[in-house]
Amino acid sequence: MSLHETNKIAIDVDNVTKRYAEVTALKNVSLSIHDNEFFTLLGPSGCGKTTLLRTIAGFEGISEGDIRLFGDSIIDLPPNKRPVNTVFQQYALFPHMSVMENVAFGLRRQKVVDSEVRKRTGEVLELVQLSGFADRLPSQLSGGQQQRVALARALAPRPKVLLLDEPLSALDLKLRQDVRVELQQIQANTGITFVFVTHDQEEALTMSNRIAVMSAGIVQQVGTSRDIYESPENKFVADFIGDTNLIDVEIVETDGRQATCLLLGNVQLICNNAKGATKGRASLSVRPERLSLGDASNSSLSGTVSRLTYLGTDIHVAVNLEDGEVIDVRVQNSEDARIPDTGDIVGLNLELDAARVLMN
Amino acid sequence: MNAKIDIRRFPGFSFATYLCLFLLYTPLIIVMIYSFNDSKSIMLWGGFSFRWYEDVFWGLEAPKFKQAAINSLSIAIGAAVTATTIALSAAVAMLRAGHFRGKGASLGLISLPLMVPEIVTAVATLIFFSAIGFASGHATILVAHIVFCIPFAYLPIAARMQGIEASYEQAAQDLYATRFETFRLVLLPLVLPGVISGFLLAFIISLDDFIITNFVKGAGIETLPTAIFGSVKQGIKPNIMAISTLMLLVSVVIVTLSYFANRSGQGKK
Repeated sequence: MSLHETNKIAIDVDNVTKRYAEVTALKNVSLSIHDNEFFTLLGPSGCGKTTLLRTIAGFEGISEGDIRLFGDSIIDLPPNKRPVNTVFQQYALFPHMSVMENVAFGLRRQKVVDSEVRKRTGEVLELVQLSGFADRLPSQLSGGQQQRVALARALAPRPKVLLLDEPLSALDLKLRQDVRVELQQIQANTGITFVFVTHDQEEALTMSNRIAVMSAGIVQQVGTSRDIYESPENKFVADFIGDTNLIDVEIVETDGRQATCLLLGNVQLICNNAKGATKGRASLSVRPERLSLGDASNSSLSGTVSRLTYLGTDIHVAVNLEDGEVIDVRVQNSEDARIPDTGDIVGLNLELDAARVLMN
Repeated sequence: MNAKIDIRRFPGFSFATYLCLFLLYTPLIIVMIYSFNDSKSIMLWGGFSFRWYEDVFWGLEAPKFKQAAINSLSIAIGAAVTATTIALSAAVAMLRAGHFRGKGASLGLISLPLMVPEIVTAVATLIFFSAIGFASGHATILVAHIVFCIPFAYLPIAARMQGIEASYEQAAQDLYATRFETFRLVLLPLVLPGVISGFLLAFIISLDDFIITNFVKGAGIETLPTAIFGSVKQGIKPNIMAISTLMLLVSVVIVTLSYFANRSGQGKK
């Protein structure tokens, strides 16, 4: 991505651990978020992504480690001394203040002069297309408008880093998709580093420069959307991002890049995506759209079609292998597509690089 | 159990209800009606008039009642302001300062005056004041009133504050507000209906109080309730009914205001 002319690190999360009385929310988390980056923390609820965001904002202390903002440690600073701003999940707009007063709040606390406050609130309200709403109260706005006010309020003081805590989760689907594009544009235009928390993988994949996938307080993988979708480093990432088939295999031969896998005891597959593989039991991750159906006679792997699910653009075909394992195949709903019936015996064809070996 | 059973169908329900309402309100209504009686008797109706209201304001006992009313109002305002301030600080500590040692005990202490029999508090306060040599008068009444007004002010404030999500204050801090600015610009305006409600409750509780006031006031100073009691001891005159009606009116107005203050803005997020 061309945005990374500067390789400056905006936020350096260094070995951070956060313990509560009963649970450890973050376990030795280390991350480097680049300046000018749209960085997403993605994971299921309870994975620690919001906790991590709140430790950066200063609402939670940390038990161990350090967090640096452009090189300077910020862990001893209270939230009002950290040059980062937050867009809250439920927006937390001040209900007794007008849109204008909400947006000007941060600037006024920074003792910015009146004329400048007016100029800058006007600018950010224009940026989020709410110029005509300055005098309304938050309760007089729709959910989407409130979300924009929250964004404008957090952008007005020109933070070095903007933290967004699932800001789209309260919006309906259509609006959410529009706002995604807008958020990306605003990030690109302002050049502010965005740290975005979500549990919605589609959101993460479509918006981010890089994504950190988290689970159980651990960062599982950091990479571009493409990296984590196509080259998941472990079973959690493969399973969490998109749909995948995880097939138990045994690796009989490997040079650390390529591996020969044995499945169902007698079917051999050569897999090119086997970084770090060792001999022994492993899993093979294959995306449903990277599989195709063929004649059973032409294929080394075959099974019985047990279920068809019509999804419009695609058709989901569930194929039961001999050992009972179910493989999902996604067939594009095109004119020449061959759609089998339930009960048919079909062959499964793998694209050459489609399978990825994941060690258990 | 059938949830649709209507309580009105329980045998004796309406009888019990009307009996309770009758016992509670008939005396009040009789006092209100007889305050307009144009007769010296408190039993016989002699026609409608405002003479006892005139008597309250311009009659023989007027200076006494006027002084008592001034005392009552000044004490009620002083006690309500102080108690509300203390209660607000207590609510911030209890609901916004995280966990601290003795939090449960503190909550118990705040609400204790609601549970201790008033006569016990009255006797104890009197003994305490005389033990430390605090001369009775205006100040002793004020101090005693502040103490028992605190829980009445605390309850509506705490209820209101509990409903305010912490994210508003976090947003303020995130936007560079100091702790005091966060309180002044965000928490206080949001909790204000509760504060007003608490203030009005404290005010009316102080205005009404008789037992504790009577114990700690000492000689030479009267509040309205003690003045009324003193007057009644020499026989009930119709002017007492007029004063009582006026006090009832003030109470009803203030309690209603308190109710609406607490309700305002609650429909909104």
